[in-house]
Amino acid sequence: MDEPMNRYIEILIAFHIIVGAVFVFVGSFGLIKLPDLMSRLHGPSKATTLGVGGCLIASMIHFGSLEGRLSIQELLITFFLFITAPVTAHFVAKAYLHTEADPESDLPPPQGRYGWSTFVAFKATVEQDDQPADDENEV
Amino acid sequence: MIDLALAFGFIAVSLALLMNLWRAAVGPTVMDRVLAIDTMVVNTIALIILYGVQESTTIYFESALLLAMFSFISTVAYCRFILRGDVIE
Repeated sequence: MDEPMNRYIEILIAFHIIVGAVFVFVGSFGLIKLPDLMSRLHGPSKATTLGVGGCLIASMIHFGSLEGRLSIQELLITFFLFITAPVTAHFVAKAYLHTEADPESDLPPPQGRYGWSTFVAFKATVEQDDQPADDENEV
Repeated sequence: MIDLALAFGFIAVSLALLMNLWRAAVGPTVMDRVLAIDTMVVNTIALIILYGVQESTTIYFESALLLAMFSFISTVAYCRFILRGDVIE
């Protein structure tokens, strides 16, 4: 590969590394700066995932162009992180709502006719369990 | 040029890891600590990838893939344990 082309590729790799590192830093800074957990979730689940994606793109360009071998592991890590980050954020938020938050006072009422689905489903399960087992006696 | 960018990346990701450690130590709730540990693993993956670019070897990327899988599974297991009191019912 000729020299100026190499230089452009190096600039591209350095740009992606710097952008990724800045996003990782901003995500973790949001983790210590923001006031409560529901807002702290935004930093790691969005900014940090994007930062790791930037580092992975830089690594793919580096190994694909300068070294001449295409490695598939970066693609797998990217897909796995981008698929699992929303699931993790959802689970953390749900566990936080059920352990710390009060559904009557802390949460705004949702727009539809029903309440917050996670608490409504929980209440329905508890009421179903509390009912006397008449059905079993009839059968 | 890549060396300078890698040095910047190492410093930024290491500072991010220190901030995650502070959040994991301070809390105040259990889910804050779970979130901080999960973010620490993601930052460790970024650190491993930058190290692989610096050393020009792909040998560390399998460990990054394993860390990604284990961080997801452990976070889901922890949240499920807090929600239900059991991991597998």
